[in-house]
Amino acid sequence: MKIHEYQGKQILAQYGVTVPRGEVVTSRDQVRAAVEKLGLPVVVKAQIHAGGRGKGGGVKLALSVEEAEEIASRMLGMQLVTHQTGPEGREVRRLLIEEGLKIKQEFYLGIVLDRAISRLVFMASAAGGMDIEEVAAKEPEKILKEAIDPAVGLQPFQARKLAFGIGLPKETLNKAVKFMMGLYRAYVESDASLAEINPFLLTEDGELYALDAKWNFDDNSLFRHKEYAELRDLNEEEPLEIAASKHDLNYIKLDGNIGCMVNGAGLAMATMDIIKLAGGEPANFLDVGGGASQQRVENAFHILLSDKNVRAVLINIFGGIVRTDMVARGVVEAARNLGVKVPVVVRLEGTNVEQGREVIEQSGLGFVTATSMKDAAEKVVAAAR
Amino acid sequence: MSILVDRNTRVVVQGITGKEGSFHTGQMRAYGTQIVAGVTPGKGGSDHEGTPIFDTVADAVRATGANASVIYVPPPFAADAIMEAADAGLPLVVCITEGIPAIDMVRAFDYLRDRATRLIGPNCPGIISPGRCKIGIMPAHIHAEGRVGVVSRSGTLTYEAVHQLTNLGLGQSTAIGIGGDPVIGTNFTDALKLFQEDAETDAVVMIGEIGGTAEEQAAEFVRLHMTKPVIGFIAGQTAPPGRRMGHAGAIIAGGKGTAAEKMAAMREAGIHVVTSPADIGARVAEALRK
Repeated sequence: MKIHEYQGKQILAQYGVTVPRGEVVTSRDQVRAAVEKLGLPVVVKAQIHAGGRGKGGGVKLALSVEEAEEIASRMLGMQLVTHQTGPEGREVRRLLIEEGLKIKQEFYLGIVLDRAISRLVFMASAAGGMDIEEVAAKEPEKILKEAIDPAVGLQPFQARKLAFGIGLPKETLNKAVKFMMGLYRAYVESDASLAEINPFLLTEDGELYALDAKWNFDDNSLFRHKEYAELRDLNEEEPLEIAASKHDLNYIKLDGNIGCMVNGAGLAMATMDIIKLAGGEPANFLDVGGGASQQRVENAFHILLSDKNVRAVLINIFGGIVRTDMVARGVVEAARNLGVKVPVVVRLEGTNVEQGREVIEQSGLGFVTATSMKDAAEKVVAAAR
Repeated sequence: MSILVDRNTRVVVQGITGKEGSFHTGQMRAYGTQIVAGVTPGKGGSDHEGTPIFDTVADAVRATGANASVIYVPPPFAADAIMEAADAGLPLVVCITEGIPAIDMVRAFDYLRDRATRLIGPNCPGIISPGRCKIGIMPAHIHAEGRVGVVSRSGTLTYEAVHQLTNLGLGQSTAIGIGGDPVIGTNFTDALKLFQEDAETDAVVMIGEIGGTAEEQAAEFVRLHMTKPVIGFIAGQTAPPGRRMGHAGAIIAGGKGTAAEKMAAMREAGIHVVTSPADIGARVAEALRK
């Protein structure tokens, strides 16, 4: 789960990580009070769940209250387009107004799970303020890494290695160590899945700040962090994906016109792939779950058919422990209840598959049955034309 | 021979009295797996449908000589269950549980580092050596005894591949689901090494997916050490970047972990890569004819 910059900074501040003083506003009226509290100059920052905001015009310096108000009224309500939002952009509903700081140098700090070694890795770079993925691709030697022993956590010597390695002045050493240790503690105690401070700032007067904060939580851990689960911003998510998540369905909207309903994440991805190979475009990823009960199928149909681009649906269920004739009955009932109008191709495999196909064929709903995945993909692509 | 599990495997079920654990214990026993004990803290001394229940894994091992465990406990308690099984000295632990916090698994993985326990999973269907032993949740009847090894990060997609093989008359020596999480106990390379050493395995199917670099590392192992044919498929060729595709580990992050990169590395290493999931079985048959 992603959160906004200002929310990430609130978490960091609780762990002793220095962040600029800031105020969150949602309307132009609130700007004057915020600026008077912070003092001039200020930086106005659009709060959306996407990187590249600066280049997209979502971060501006203001030298007067009037200028800040002017910028705020332009930003609030705008569709901010960055390389991560897609061409339609994201609506800006909130701004973070921060004190302006005198920048001496920009660095980068980050923590991620390194899957190759199954440990957290603390990263630091002198190439701050830039797209770190680009740095990693072109000049990987500019990113220093310290793998963290989970039994003892990040150690001060590791923080010192990183601080010296990226060239922080020695006068800032104690502050840098405190900053990094705080960042690590915040990551572990909040069950984050990604933390990035880019830029990590050194000011003219030798202070260190998290000038930006990108913070993601591990979805599997939210059950033990109710206070963080509440930070979810539904405005940042696709409405159909929100609806699916309420039914505990794994759904991701895509741009094609062939809806798919599959049991199991791997098979669901493979089904998207084979639709593409057959010359079609998948409209979504949807894992209906191992059991594929009638209720879940009905909910899934509902989501799929709410996507107006969908012109045909492919249901691919590998019935393992559940019998496919049971799944077939659920599919037929669900489709009948909802009055499904688009062509539906059903591919069932597994226990009692013959009876399952019979249920589909005799339903009177005009469903097409398919035997193999290839057969199913070809039939659904033809039906969508 | 098969790998890791056979007729001598004696299984203790952690979380046997839960709904999932109870159901699948029945399924495993019906297949012929030796289920020797169950563990539910606080219910020790009782009996669950004929299986003796113990309070701790250590008690169960001492009393029954169990040499493998399977875990069906809910996510908040699963990492603890893994460490308990390792502490009891079990050589094999299969964790089915989906949804374990990543940081819990980082700690559990570290706990296993210096211990002689092999973990399979979590978030996996388990392991089966057809005709000998099934530990997990996979539908047994689609499998057949034979000489093809299968290793996969997915559940139902593995069943699809196994089904294709069985329909072509190609049975399996062992099929392992290694799991869809970012931190897992046994990776592709570990499984490939075991299959390479197994005298009863002639070819291996490797089913990967987007996210991480485990497939690339496995490809390097294949290039250097495998003499048996490996047939590969990567799910998620059409997956958008930055989105988690169902499995916690299935995400293209920072432009890395794409299907295209993995398929290229695997082809480079001499793996028979199929682009269509419908072609897995046929490609194995072809490779074995050569």
